[in-house]
Amino acid sequence: MVAQSQKSKSELTVGVLALQGAFRSHEAVLHKIGVSSRQVRTPQDLEAVDALVMPGGESTTMSQLLESANLFEPINARIKNRMPVFGTCAGMILLAKTIIDGRDDQLSFNAIDIDVQRNAYGRQIDSFEAEIEIGSFAGSFHGVFIRAPRIVSLGSSVTALAYCGDDVVLAQQDKVLVASFHPELANDIRLHELFLEGV
Amino acid sequence: MAKIESNKTGSMVVKRGLAEMLKGGVIMDVVNADQAKIAEDSGACAVMALERVPADIRRDGGVARMSDPEMIEKIQAVVSIPVMAKARIGHFVEAQVLESLGVDFIDESEVLTPADESHHIDKFAFKTPVVCGATNLGEALRRISEGAALIRSKGEAGTGNIVEAVRHLRSIIGDIRKITQADSAELFEWAKRLQAPLPLVQEIAETGWLQVPLFCAGGIATPSDAALAMQLGAEAVFVGSGIFKSDDPAPRARAIVEATTHFRDAEIIAKVSRNLGAPMTGIGMDNIEQRFAERGW
Repeated sequence: MVAQSQKSKSELTVGVLALQGAFRSHEAVLHKIGVSSRQVRTPQDLEAVDALVMPGGESTTMSQLLESANLFEPINARIKNRMPVFGTCAGMILLAKTIIDGRDDQLSFNAIDIDVQRNAYGRQIDSFEAEIEIGSFAGSFHGVFIRAPRIVSLGSSVTALAYCGDDVVLAQQDKVLVASFHPELANDIRLHELFLEGV
Repeated sequence: MAKIESNKTGSMVVKRGLAEMLKGGVIMDVVNADQAKIAEDSGACAVMALERVPADIRRDGGVARMSDPEMIEKIQAVVSIPVMAKARIGHFVEAQVLESLGVDFIDESEVLTPADESHHIDKFAFKTPVVCGATNLGEALRRISEGAALIRSKGEAGTGNIVEAVRHLRSIIGDIRKITQADSAELFEWAKRLQAPLPLVQEIAETGWLQVPLFCAGGIATPSDAALAMQLGAEAVFVGSGIFKSDDPAPRARAIVEATTHFRDAEIIAKVSRNLGAPMTGIGMDNIEQRFAERGW
């Protein structure tokens, strides 16, 4: 594989984990930015990408499909090898160190030192929209929270990038970026651009 | 910094948002907590809680209504994935009750006996998203104009026969394709022919797709059925009687989940289709007395 630092934006291929969930919305944002994307369902797909977005959806479903598609170990190895990853909602759950209120057999990559509680804001009727201030952005970012997970604690190596109320909703550790909301539903490319800066 | 109190709930963005999250997944009909657990264990992205699966509703006849709230709550208690439940067409009080239970999605369903012969529920009146069935694009757009956050093909529930769902998906998606080729004057004629609001037709001409996601329901019994629906353009599938009316529900459920994800990969579909036991028996369309798909207006 070509060293990632040698590639320009136009040469990058950003993978979107396409086992279940809102992967097409992420692809639409990436296309708007002008980077090519590839749906990742198999280990062969994974080999062709320089970075990976893990979309929203059902984390329990994705966890099982990661196993049956033999994708868990290859993705785990790539993450350990510092492949940039961006997890939104369920994707954040998959990347967390600890999952609270998950299934006992639910897998996570332990890629970012956060504890995440599933469905922590309640059922769908409690799903909400809120304006979020993200440090480097001019103007707020529209946050769409769907049966959202909550980051209940962060390790010292994790940087909190944005809050909603008292909760951290955007966080980063090295090459791993996570959001408890859905930037792919916000009609706003800035957060994906922020992720691509690290690729 | 945003204040939690000022957050907006129940908006169309939030309602369609949950439908977005269900894409690529399988929503399974379950009639009790044990089945709900099997569904979640097998990778369902949501469950539909109901008292009888459509095949049994069809067999039993009589009036089919919203499920017992206690049964829905028992299912909510054992799974962490979204729980849906059905209200009768036009029965907005059943929908109110389901919303009060905290159901994640309400299905205004033709599988139940309609409560109103000319009006569907005003779905904008609810914070809970509502899914409706459709047999053609006009019906889909009328439901969207009433506030549906998700459209599914009606198919013919409880038959284990995919033929009607295929007809409905081809009709809806085929007409979307034609509308994208129409000129602006032709769109007026399309709106008239579909009996659908003109602005929604114009929007489809521009975007090339419905305003909300389109899922398949009605007659899926095998992994290949699910993949067929996905290749035709459905964005997720509902499986009603097809799982728990088969010989061995758990492996079949898991196989349908995998086939829905890998819907273009025939080798994977072949692999997961092996040794699943007998699917539900199924019924030919000439042999059914009541077509559920004809309910709704």
